[in-house]
Amino acid sequence: MEYAVEMLNITKVFPGIIANDDVTLKVEKGEIHALLGENGAGKSTLMSILFGAYKPEKGKIRINGQDANIVNSNTATDLGIGMVHQHFKLVHNYTVTENIVLGIEGTMTKDMLPGLSNSASPAARKCGKIFNKVFKNMMPLDFDLARDKIRRLCKQYGFDLNPDDLIENISVGQQQKVEILKTLYRDADIIIFDEPSAVLTPQEIDELLQIILKLKNEGKTIILITHKLKEIKAVADKCTILRRGRYIDCVNVKTTTEDELASLMVGRAVKFNIDKGVSKPAEVVFEMKNVSSDNELGVEKIHDLSLSIRRGEIVGIAGVDGNGQSELLATILGLYPVKSGDMFLKGVRINDKSIRERIEMGLGCVPEDRKKHGFVSEFDISMNSIIKDYYKSTFRDSFGVLDVSKSDKRAASLIKAFDIRCGQGVRSAVGSLSGGNQQKVIIAREIELKPDFIIFSQPTRGLDVGAIEGIRKRIIEERDRGAGIMLISFELAEIMNLCDRIAAISKGTINGIKNADETNESEIGLLMAGKKAE
Amino acid sequence: MGLDNKKGKLLGHDRDELINLADKALKREGVISVIVVLLGFLLGTLLIAFVGKNPSGMYSSIWQAITGHNTVTGRFNIRNIGDTLNYLVPFTLCGLSIAFAYRAGLFNIGAEGQYIVGMTVATVCAYYGPKVPVIHAVYCLLMATAAAAAYGGVVGYLKSKFEVSEVVATIMLNYTALYLSRMVCMALPGATTYNTSPFPKTALMKWGPLESMFNGSTINLGILVLVFGLLVYWFIMEKTILGFELKATGFNKNASLASGIPTRRSTILSMAISGAFAGAAGAVVAIGSFTYGRIVSGMDNYGFNGIAVALIGNCKTIGILLAGYLFGVLKQAQQFMQTRGVPREVTFIIQGVIVVFIALRSAAEIMRARISKMKVGDSKAKSGAPASVKAE
Repeated sequence: MEYAVEMLNITKVFPGIIANDDVTLKVEKGEIHALLGENGAGKSTLMSILFGAYKPEKGKIRINGQDANIVNSNTATDLGIGMVHQHFKLVHNYTVTENIVLGIEGTMTKDMLPGLSNSASPAARKCGKIFNKVFKNMMPLDFDLARDKIRRLCKQYGFDLNPDDLIENISVGQQQKVEILKTLYRDADIIIFDEPSAVLTPQEIDELLQIILKLKNEGKTIILITHKLKEIKAVADKCTILRRGRYIDCVNVKTTTEDELASLMVGRAVKFNIDKGVSKPAEVVFEMKNVSSDNELGVEKIHDLSLSIRRGEIVGIAGVDGNGQSELLATILGLYPVKSGDMFLKGVRINDKSIRERIEMGLGCVPEDRKKHGFVSEFDISMNSIIKDYYKSTFRDSFGVLDVSKSDKRAASLIKAFDIRCGQGVRSAVGSLSGGNQQKVIIAREIELKPDFIIFSQPTRGLDVGAIEGIRKRIIEERDRGAGIMLISFELAEIMNLCDRIAAISKGTINGIKNADETNESEIGLLMAGKKAE
Repeated sequence: MGLDNKKGKLLGHDRDELINLADKALKREGVISVIVVLLGFLLGTLLIAFVGKNPSGMYSSIWQAITGHNTVTGRFNIRNIGDTLNYLVPFTLCGLSIAFAYRAGLFNIGAEGQYIVGMTVATVCAYYGPKVPVIHAVYCLLMATAAAAAYGGVVGYLKSKFEVSEVVATIMLNYTALYLSRMVCMALPGATTYNTSPFPKTALMKWGPLESMFNGSTINLGILVLVFGLLVYWFIMEKTILGFELKATGFNKNASLASGIPTRRSTILSMAISGAFAGAAGAVVAIGSFTYGRIVSGMDNYGFNGIAVALIGNCKTIGILLAGYLFGVLKQAQQFMQTRGVPREVTFIIQGVIVVFIALRSAAEIMRARISKMKVGDSKAKSGAPASVKAE
């Protein structure tokens, strides 16, 4: 069998870690090959090596049977490799066409002296050539050819794209198609998809999978990086599994079950559903009534949003990234002022309360961007553990001076209770911990303050399965303690699993609330996409 | 030390040890500062040799500034030590000023302007203050400090309220301070183009016994102000709630804000306290080193050099003191260098080079990354298993 891509015994070392340890990936021509692994398994590193972003310490790459030395993305492109990045690399105020030709626009300058370049005399032709070369960067671009090619490709693959639309005016799903077109425009035969479904609604994911199948039918070879088993089962032929930077297995997807894939990925049998018990909702602890707020650029990102959360229940905020989740968190926390409407915490209006007052009233928060909002990475665990209540007399000695031994005591008890793995105990800088342990530090600190209402935003993003299980258990414990919980997550499966009620957010407003046991993913998906509930 | 011994074993099993040693050394910020300073001197030495002078003149000058021992004449004069210590005071206070703002995440280029404000206010108060011994000098110092604190605090207020860049604002306010100072001092008693009439004796920070102890040196009680300043800096930064807030804001403003820390107050206060340190430096120079008011035509550059002092000292109390001493020594050595035919401008070049090389901190990070890569490679080769694997 002929292989399109062979990556043999690849080893890539980063400071302090081995991202790929003797990994081998063989992709046959014309197949859809999934690359499965948890966060941190080394999938993206492996693909970055294939695309020329990193140079491996050891190993060999063969493309279509030929040894290849890929030094940068240009060599990769020349070899017919294209990559659809997870985070789109698009210029928002450029059109679809301009974005697609970006980087190869030098090949499409207009010939300014056609009289010379097409003349019979070789000397004149040479002059024309030299002129065009010298003044290449000042030549007007000829977009007509590019536009035609894009139209042709759109028709071939059934994309509903207008080459002259600005990126900022098209949906995320369409933007992804632009990314796919970029690779097709450069005549890629091998297309890498890096977590392509992370930013899409369930309906858009279905469409994407159709596109991937279509690409395969047109003879392309596809490498699909993902940790979503359902997608692999739906489209992939083969699946290579990585775990902790090592090659585990390469299996035939048709003959392997989802459970088998999952246990290969994690290294043990995985419990997909969490036993969360029955919720006992009590009185309303947090309420928003027709709240609107602007982000720091003055754009109204939260629009007429109403929601109420009771003690003892977990309310999930389901939505596609960018529909106001971060702004919702910032508004509740007090980072963005409320423009209109009212917010109540335990029955008290908090619109004009400062952040500290809200915290003192019992608002807890595990922010989505740990490093940015969650902790001070240069501070040790001890200092981070008191960052919300350091000013209280509990942390001072009799002279009113900060007493480190008191914060150390708290930090030590948190480390023990939450099994935080750290090198230097309470003195470990939080920035030096692994992501899971950083998250534990934040959650431990928040829970220590016994808040009445806690927002968990993307609490398990980027963490390994073990840490995820522990954190989910904590969330349920907090619910059973009697706190009201808001869970913001881009992973619908997490929301379906954990929540008692699910609120779909779309364009900054709640587009419908369902009881978790009376709904399903596709109903929530439609609400997330902005369709009104009937 | 067994340097050649190590060299010999470099390819043997001692390599690991050496790598570990290098890693540990580069982890310590102090080591980097020392390396940077040494590099600065190395370049200065080469430069002197390049222009055909004898570099030993520079080192004997520095020796004299530190110990008071003149290697050319063989004579010892404690006065040199006193003068060096007197230079150390404004450098270190300005270093504290920059460092204080820096720890709170602000770059106070305006220490020079705040220094001038302090100097001017001290000069004015020297004429119009209560002419009671001790109280008069303390009054001058306090007024100067307060005025400079206000001058810095305004920038902090603009920054926290209107997002005005503290860098731009303070640069501009440096010039405002300079020309304001000239206007004010021109109106003082006995003003010529250069100076005003002598201060009343009560306003001076001079103390006879100290002067005679150092053989008539310019050293004065400003040294006490410095000791107090160092203590205040250390205490606020390490022991108080305010210090906790400032450091948190400096490291991560977003997380601090989200945790309920009043970051606006931190910004204003840190700029004000930063200004207070620079203002104290100005007062010490005005009524300590001089006995008359100066009508400044240019900047003294203590404030600007404070940036280098803070960076070399890595914003740590002891580090700033040592860096301030280095700058004091270099300044004192300048006059000796001239008598030995070595261009004194070399010291400025050394200072400049040191500031440029401070960028080596990031180079050190890169070195450490390389070293840890070597380590991982080794451990893998040995055990065949990765020590820790987590990133993608």
